[in-house]
Amino acid sequence: MCTTCGCADNAQLTVTRMHGPKSATDHGTHLHFPRDTRTRQLELDVLGKNDRSAAENRALFARQNMRALNLVSSPGSGKTTLLERTLSDLAGELPMAVIEGDQHTLTDARRIRATGAPVVQLNTGAGCHLEAEMLGLGLTELQAAAGSLIFIENVGNLVCPALFDLGEEAKVVVLSVTEGDDKPQKYPHMFRAARLMLINKIDLLPYVNFDVQACIAAARQINPDIEVLELSATQGAGLAAWYDWLRAGRLTQPAEVAREATA
Amino acid sequence: MHELSICRNIVELAQQHADGCQVQRLQLAVGKLTAVMPDALKFCFEALSQGTLLADARLEIMEIDGLAQCAVCGLDFTMPVSGARCACGATAYRILTGQELKITELELKRELS
Repeated sequence: MCTTCGCADNAQLTVTRMHGPKSATDHGTHLHFPRDTRTRQLELDVLGKNDRSAAENRALFARQNMRALNLVSSPGSGKTTLLERTLSDLAGELPMAVIEGDQHTLTDARRIRATGAPVVQLNTGAGCHLEAEMLGLGLTELQAAAGSLIFIENVGNLVCPALFDLGEEAKVVVLSVTEGDDKPQKYPHMFRAARLMLINKIDLLPYVNFDVQACIAAARQINPDIEVLELSATQGAGLAAWYDWLRAGRLTQPAEVAREATA
Repeated sequence: MHELSICRNIVELAQQHADGCQVQRLQLAVGKLTAVMPDALKFCFEALSQGTLLADARLEIMEIDGLAQCAVCGLDFTMPVSGARCACGATAYRILTGQELKITELELKRELS
């Protein structure tokens, strides 16, 4: 701290060779330039660029009469298996297509392609989540039929994808019983952002220490409106309710509403 | 590590609004309900600001508490990350603050003549 005037912030100091007579504001070697900076007040939304891309995706979905669901979870929760099963079981009933997101490999896209559904793989490299602009590129490549239900399988990660609107109608968070019933408390942002929680692998409940009711209560503590379905993508239990949820088109509230509430 | 791509946006946006001047200080509003870690932002900012108008900029982060308004009784109440309900028992609410992620101030160096 300067003992002459009490100013504290050395980061503001600029040293300049002075010419002419000594001014009133310099003392010793400590020079003040009170006017050497100006402050600009702003309201710049850091995610504005992503949100604009998301709005473009949303407009595309509306024009094409498409619905899009953003599937999010930690790695290994069974998202791809659930999609394989869903695409096979509902094939012929409604047009569906998939955008796969992973850091590396075409593995998941190959699995989806085997069901006959159109699929595009997005590899993010070091990226830990999909962003709206990436999805836009994927959609251009996908060329899904009008009226399609688009499943976006996000990068397996319960943190980062919560923050990035892709233009989807809803986020669906998949949680498997092998992961533990305390996931909602540990990753609250994702459970707050999701419309529906799917508790997967319930066929394994007899072998693991997972309290379904405690898990649901924890999720609703964070997000009182979250809907919940319990199922087993491999054994088939609970899938009928999931298919009803998809058919019912309960996708009426765009995800952007939540963001607008605080804008 | 979504803070990396968020920081890329911050540096890009700030440069667009800096009028070509060096930025001395950048103030950021970060809501506590946004899943963004201030320390991770600072770490990424150090790396990404190099060679830009923000190379010497100090990153100042204002954390904003979560606040919600009860949809039933209208009372405002604190919304922690872990979730909360209104004292009246209602679970329907509207988030008022805590989801901000904005650049709120740029301090720009003037060219000294």
